Amino acid sequence: MTHAIELQDLHKYFGKNEVLKGIDMTVEPGQVVCVIGPSGSGKSTLLRCVNLLEQPTYGKVFVQGVEVTDPDVDIDAVRRHIGMVFQQFNLFPHMTALQNVMIAQQRVLRRSKREAEVIARENLDKVGVGAKCDALPGQLSGGQQQRVAIARALAMSPGLMLFDEPTSALDPELVGDVLTVMRKLAEEGMTMLVVTHEMGFAREVADRVVFMDGGVVVEDGPPAQVIGDPQQERTRAFLHRVLHPED
Amino acid sequence: MADQPKTAEPARARLSPRKKQRISRAVQYVVLAAALVAVVLYADWGSLAENFAKPEVASEALPELFTVALRNTIIYAVGGFVFSFVLGLLLALMRLSQVRPYRWIAILYIEIFRGLPALLIFLMITFLPLALPGFEVPGGTYGQGILGLGLVGAAYQAEVFRAGLQAVPKGQVEAARSLGMSASRAQLTVVIPQAIRMVIPPTTNQFVALLKDSSLVLFLGVSGEYVELAKFGNDLASQYANATPIMVAGVTYLIVTIPLGYLASRLEGRKGRNR
Repeated sequence: MTHAIELQDLHKYFGKNEVLKGIDMTVEPGQVVCVIGPSGSGKSTLLRCVNLLEQPTYGKVFVQGVEVTDPDVDIDAVRRHIGMVFQQFNLFPHMTALQNVMIAQQRVLRRSKREAEVIARENLDKVGVGAKCDALPGQLSGGQQQRVAIARALAMSPGLMLFDEPTSALDPELVGDVLTVMRKLAEEGMTMLVVTHEMGFAREVADRVVFMDGGVVVEDGPPAQVIGDPQQERTRAFLHRVLHPED
Repeated sequence: MADQPKTAEPARARLSPRKKQRISRAVQYVVLAAALVAVVLYADWGSLAENFAKPEVASEALPELFTVALRNTIIYAVGGFVFSFVLGLLLALMRLSQVRPYRWIAILYIEIFRGLPALLIFLMITFLPLALPGFEVPGGTYGQGILGLGLVGAAYQAEVFRAGLQAVPKGQVEAARSLGMSASRAQLTVVIPQAIRMVIPPTTNQFVALLKDSSLVLFLGVSGEYVELAKFGNDLASQYANATPIMVAGVTYLIVTIPLGYLASRLEGRKGRNR
């Protein structure tokens, strides 16, 4: 069986600073994998290497069996099938919510305007912002913007979704709406790689939790193990800091 | 005495800062008023009016002032603006390109054309046919004027665009690329439209500068139907040995430039509120 994502001995340097120190990891189709870890541990960089927003210094990345790190691969074609959701939403501010969800369908997938609009509305409805089609991103709350961003990615009919701290820039009361949408996606069987600080979400939704620290994977397993009964001291210390910040 | 609180003491003894300021301001008003009175009394109003605001000469300027001169000024300015807008955007994209030679060409162009007086460019354009035998700038005098204004304006506009392009957050390109857009597609649909929106106020100012620089067309040796405001005013002034037409041309410039200046600052204010 082909892995949805496979990372082989992935290294990434920023200048002399080694951010990823040899990551080996797989995500199977239909799995939800949450990556947790302290800031600066390299988890966002790892995620961004999957669709080559960061070029790995060496090592290989396979997505659905295709080696994306191969220079001969058409990376634009690969990215079409990988939805990505950013911490800062990155909606296009000069376009309405509807246009945000339509533009890549039209320009990249060459769907007709009518078809793109039907699919855009479906997806905006699905994430619960169907009523905001004509609003500009600046007129939406953070939670609404992030859900539009999810709809924008889903409209491309991706085979897997990458989430880069999707709720970290949100006001606390808006986090729930976004997590609900993500949970629904997971239940539908979407393959998801999620960098997150939401331990509740990771525990309940993830099939696997990966704990990263200092550019390496420290612990990888089902949430009940990694969060519930961590084997490594570093994991335990991190979880303690996150779950009991006042101590 | 020594036991008394110090705070209460100095308040009475000298002038308070507020009183000082009031006196100082009164003195300034008096000086200004005296200067105004002196100007009014000693200026030779008759002679000034005769030379700078003679109604008979001013009326000679009509209707060509608007039908020819202002019209041509606008043709040169708008033509030069379109030229500089397109070339400026191209230069800005080259300036920010990953391809090193593109950057070098753009930097060289921008430095040269910003560093040279616009007048010199216009003088060189008049020599183009000598340097390139058989070459003629398309569009005749209009073409030459638009070329000169466009070449110079493009260097400034390129810097305006560069600032705009750099102000678009990196996440915008990342979002576009992650949706499968190519680098050039991302620029075209996501970055450039946002950059253009951001640079509307400084670009309006660029247009005003260009409109004023269109007076340099005077040095192309134009005549007849091609004259713009400055040349028009200058010719009439020589003809009547009177400066009134230059004043009239000046007022005509202001009629256009002042509203545009206000427009630019209003757009700037709006930009501040949005986003």
